[in-house]
Amino acid sequence: MKETIQSFLKDKFSYFISKEEEILTNLPTFFLKPEGIVPVLSTLKTAPGIELNYLNDLTAIDWLGKKTPRFEVCYLLRSGNKSSTRVQFRVALEEGEEVPSIINIFKGANWPEREVYDLFGIRFTGHPRMDRLIMPDNFQGHPLRKDYPLEGFGQDYLVEDLLTIHLKEDMEA
Amino acid sequence: MYEKTAEHFSLKQKKLPEGHLLVNLGPSHPSTHGILQNVIQLDGERVVDAESVIGYVHRSFEKLGERYTYNQFLVCTDRMNYVSTPLNNIGWILAVEKMLQIEVPDKVTYVRMIVSELSRVMDHIICNGILGVDLGAFSGMLHLFHHRENIYQVLEKLTGARLTTTFCRVGGLEKDIYPEFEKDVKTIIKGLRPAIEEFQSLLINNRIFMDRTEGIGGISAENAISYGYSGPNLRAAGVPWDTRKDDPYMFYDKVDFDIPVGEDGSVLHRTLVRMEEMRQSLRIVEQLINGLPTGPHHADIPHIYLPDKSKVYKNMEELIYHFKLIMHGIKVPKGEYYMATEAANGELGFYIVSEGEKSPWRVHVRRPCFWFYQSFPELVKGSLLADTVATMSSMNVIAGELDC
Repeated sequence: MKETIQSFLKDKFSYFISKEEEILTNLPTFFLKPEGIVPVLSTLKTAPGIELNYLNDLTAIDWLGKKTPRFEVCYLLRSGNKSSTRVQFRVALEEGEEVPSIINIFKGANWPEREVYDLFGIRFTGHPRMDRLIMPDNFQGHPLRKDYPLEGFGQDYLVEDLLTIHLKEDMEA
Repeated sequence: MYEKTAEHFSLKQKKLPEGHLLVNLGPSHPSTHGILQNVIQLDGERVVDAESVIGYVHRSFEKLGERYTYNQFLVCTDRMNYVSTPLNNIGWILAVEKMLQIEVPDKVTYVRMIVSELSRVMDHIICNGILGVDLGAFSGMLHLFHHRENIYQVLEKLTGARLTTTFCRVGGLEKDIYPEFEKDVKTIIKGLRPAIEEFQSLLINNRIFMDRTEGIGGISAENAISYGYSGPNLRAAGVPWDTRKDDPYMFYDKVDFDIPVGEDGSVLHRTLVRMEEMRQSLRIVEQLINGLPTGPHHADIPHIYLPDKSKVYKNMEELIYHFKLIMHGIKVPKGEYYMATEAANGELGFYIVSEGEKSPWRVHVRRPCFWFYQSFPELVKGSLLADTVATMSSMNVIAGELDC
């Protein structure tokens, strides 16, 4: 499966491949440019012999301090009932960059894209309703970012510090 | 402090036509009581538009996963689907074990499979029972609740807890099975089989139940796939996908069982698929319990599984392992893994990104409810108000799985 998709991408969409990086994973992974995600996924959905017609998962990773660009949006797809053939597509993004929504290809992308926006602050262009899904509307920041303070804004100490503060108080008392 | 404001509802901002009514649906189902909100726009008794708002039980599990060690996060997975907790535990543990590339003894896998199939039965009893209650058939649930209680008692004897079992550990089980385990499980199977038949005949011989479920809230196979359905809801629409068969984990390729498939994805077909799945689960449990091997309840890997207490007090090596495990946790090698298991509601996936530290860099849970519940507005549009209740409870929404 990996070779088929690889040669398919190289033949038809070579200008959408952003880089080739080997990572230790059980999923064949392909890196795409943001503008390539819609044409590639919609072609692979019906391409004979590949038919990645099931959107299995959609999430993002914040690589703060580890990699540049900072964010990666991960699309996990699989073909029919062959669930052992899962394939991952990734789009790397810098903060503030947007990625096109795939809601017209897979209806199920609606909530996961809103969730990624809610928790990471990555916007999807073309989504009919790019609002918060899980957190309240008046919530500040995007909690799954690595630089989001654990106790919320205004109290930017770590849990460990909290422990020692209380320990000191106890010892002094 | 924070609250869901009116801006959350696109429906509430809409200008309604003359005679239309905006209604908060419920609480009609245990999931709708305060932790899940459905707003529907009514024209008489006909549903014109619907919207669901989630997030009321959000507990930042994924953020916690980035802070906790691998064994600590196990406790969080219990709270995801609180109707069949062992299934979530097992999904997480299998993912971590695959990343560490460790093998567990056969007995561990057997017990894990038995426990997960019993949990699936428990989950389906709740779903079908509550569906009956929502439609006014109370006694069906009570018939099966007795047997569900029996399963809970076995879990209690096995793990010491009823609801949040935290049963597995990386490399094995928390503790060995108790001596009468085999006998107890056999008693459960013996009692459940006739009870399921009785429950099914109670429902499908009832004219009211059939009228209210047949052809209601249906979804086409193509649409269900597009929405990312999985599990019984997908199979009720006629798609025979099951992770246990397509991508076997544990010993699911070695046991005999069939995948029940429905036709039109309606409430009735979802109920019947779950009924048949209970029978198939009992079939799997029966095969396993008859061939239950003997042996240790964990693999012999002291740097991953906590060493025996008697050894810890006497040997320096074991003491060091014990200390390292408690203080620093398991170090999982750098890499990524996606582990999919078939939970009671469908494909439960754990996606772990490890940077070689004591806690994962990123944990993501692919929870089945989150994917299929977004189709709820489309399913109920155009149906009657009373049908929305049946549609919702047959989908088996677990709010803990919607937002984690």
